[in-house]
Amino acid sequence: MKGIDRRTIDKTKRILWGFTGEGVVYKLAVYFLLSLIGFVYLYPLFYMITYSFMNTEDLINPLITYIPSGFYMDNFAKAAEVMDFLNTLWQNVLASFVPAIVQTVSAAVIGYGFARFRIPGKSVLFALVLATFIIPPQITMIPQFLMFKDLGLIGSIFSYIIPAAFGQGIKSGLFILIFYQFFRSIPKSLEEAAQIDGAGAYKIFAVICVPMAVPAFIISFLFSMVWYWNETLLAALYLGDKLTTLPLELQNFAVTYQKVFPADPNAQTGRSLNEAINMAGTFLNIIPLLIVYFFTQRWFVESIERSGITGE
Amino acid sequence: MKIRYRLREALIGLSFIWIWIVGFLVFTCYPLIRTLLFSFSQVKITADGVKTTFIGWENYRNALFLNVEFGDTLATYFVETLVIVPIIVVFALIVSLLLNVKIRGKGVFRTIYFLPVIITSGPVIKQLMDQGATTLPGIQTIIEMSKLHESMPELLADLIVFLLTSFITILWFSGVQMLIFLAGLQKLDSSMYEAASIDGASRWESFWKLTLPALNPMIIVNMVYTVIMQSVFSLNPVITQIQSAMYDAKYGMGYSAAMAWIYFLVMLVLLGLLVLVTRQRETNR
Repeated sequence: MKGIDRRTIDKTKRILWGFTGEGVVYKLAVYFLLSLIGFVYLYPLFYMITYSFMNTEDLINPLITYIPSGFYMDNFAKAAEVMDFLNTLWQNVLASFVPAIVQTVSAAVIGYGFARFRIPGKSVLFALVLATFIIPPQITMIPQFLMFKDLGLIGSIFSYIIPAAFGQGIKSGLFILIFYQFFRSIPKSLEEAAQIDGAGAYKIFAVICVPMAVPAFIISFLFSMVWYWNETLLAALYLGDKLTTLPLELQNFAVTYQKVFPADPNAQTGRSLNEAINMAGTFLNIIPLLIVYFFTQRWFVESIERSGITGE
Repeated sequence: MKIRYRLREALIGLSFIWIWIVGFLVFTCYPLIRTLLFSFSQVKITADGVKTTFIGWENYRNALFLNVEFGDTLATYFVETLVIVPIIVVFALIVSLLLNVKIRGKGVFRTIYFLPVIITSGPVIKQLMDQGATTLPGIQTIIEMSKLHESMPELLADLIVFLLTSFITILWFSGVQMLIFLAGLQKLDSSMYEAASIDGASRWESFWKLTLPALNPMIIVNMVYTVIMQSVFSLNPVITQIQSAMYDAKYGMGYSAAMAWIYFLVMLVLLGLLVLVTRQRETNR
């Protein structure tokens, strides 16, 4: 009798605590912590989404704190009108996809050069590549701005594309590092085999190495795209008033709102800018990115393992 | 023969990286030198181009001693970054340790934790902060209840209020660091831990003696990354001041350039300090 008891106790103990302390209790605690942290992470988004559906009465009503009385879509209509949503969205796509593609391609070429060839002074140059990541854009943007102004490129997307093409775009150093690490991990014997078959350096790069680096291309493009999309400092300076992006429109949201919906003393309440409209504008702002993330999240969260950026 | 082969290789290599060299000289090196010159000059933009007159250290003097606001903001930036960066890195480490446990559905959590990295832009964060979406309900009342300002030195009280009210944003800036730690953790050899546990080491001990030393390079990388992210984020008050000084008719671009250089140097000091402390820990062991 006693022996059986002992065994059941041992068994329960093992299920609860596990052999090495990874039993049910431990896992439950981990789940609890992860969920708690997850809630805190998502709280601002919950807040934003619920508020964006509230009408004026909901905002005033003290009984309604989280769940709106209905799906009130007018906030979105107003916010979309203020930001000129579709038009701005298109410009934003243009001003992020094109530089991202250019930046990715140039980073691939540069990264390959650094990874594969013995060049005198290479280590110094590569240290400078990494150093560009540390230099804050504030320090180089004034002369760059003057340069583009002289060239007549302010307000055009070329003021974004040209630095990106020369490996000096937003966080270019990081993307060069990604490709550098990636190309270094491809076994050299593959290339040597092609070399014996008479393929030149450029052919080897284009035919053998680029297809193998598809993950690096996808990762670089996605990050680059997101960072260009969210950029406001350089966008405000380089794109001028000819091109606009959703974050820029959100930055000027209150001012534009006053222009689109001027205060009218005779009008009913609910015309002036309120929390709900602000949140609807913010929501509209991040919806495109949320959609992109929904489909590509694996590439984002696995990026660091796949690109081996942490090195050996 | 060998020399010719070497030369050929170097030339082909250069044909890949020349765009970077040109780009670096034109878009990074030249602007750096130019802002440095600007920072020692009075800069006027006229119809026929930029006119500069050398005025020595005056821009720097103005920025540091006449403009009280800039000095204050810079000091706040320094203290806040010094506090917030280790917090972000430690938080990222804790989360990555939790995510490294063998449980089902951790992919979902990882996706949630990384989401803010995608949507974080200055205006979005600002809107969320302005509407109070980044403060958990109840925290305000805790702050009011404890009346921090009465019982503590001002700087410390400010710091605590800053941490409590902005801790969601702290979490939102830890996504990339978390993934870097996670990648590091997954490379660790499990046989090492088995050996340690056979020798009688507890999980706690093997964390301090095995995991943490192995992660040290990643801690440094994350420190650097976090400092840079915090420093170039467009809501950073120092940056807004540098920017508004650019358009300021009274001081103009020379003054703004001086501010940018001061900021850069402060940032480098911060980076050096944090990396040094992390390194120190390593050599002490």
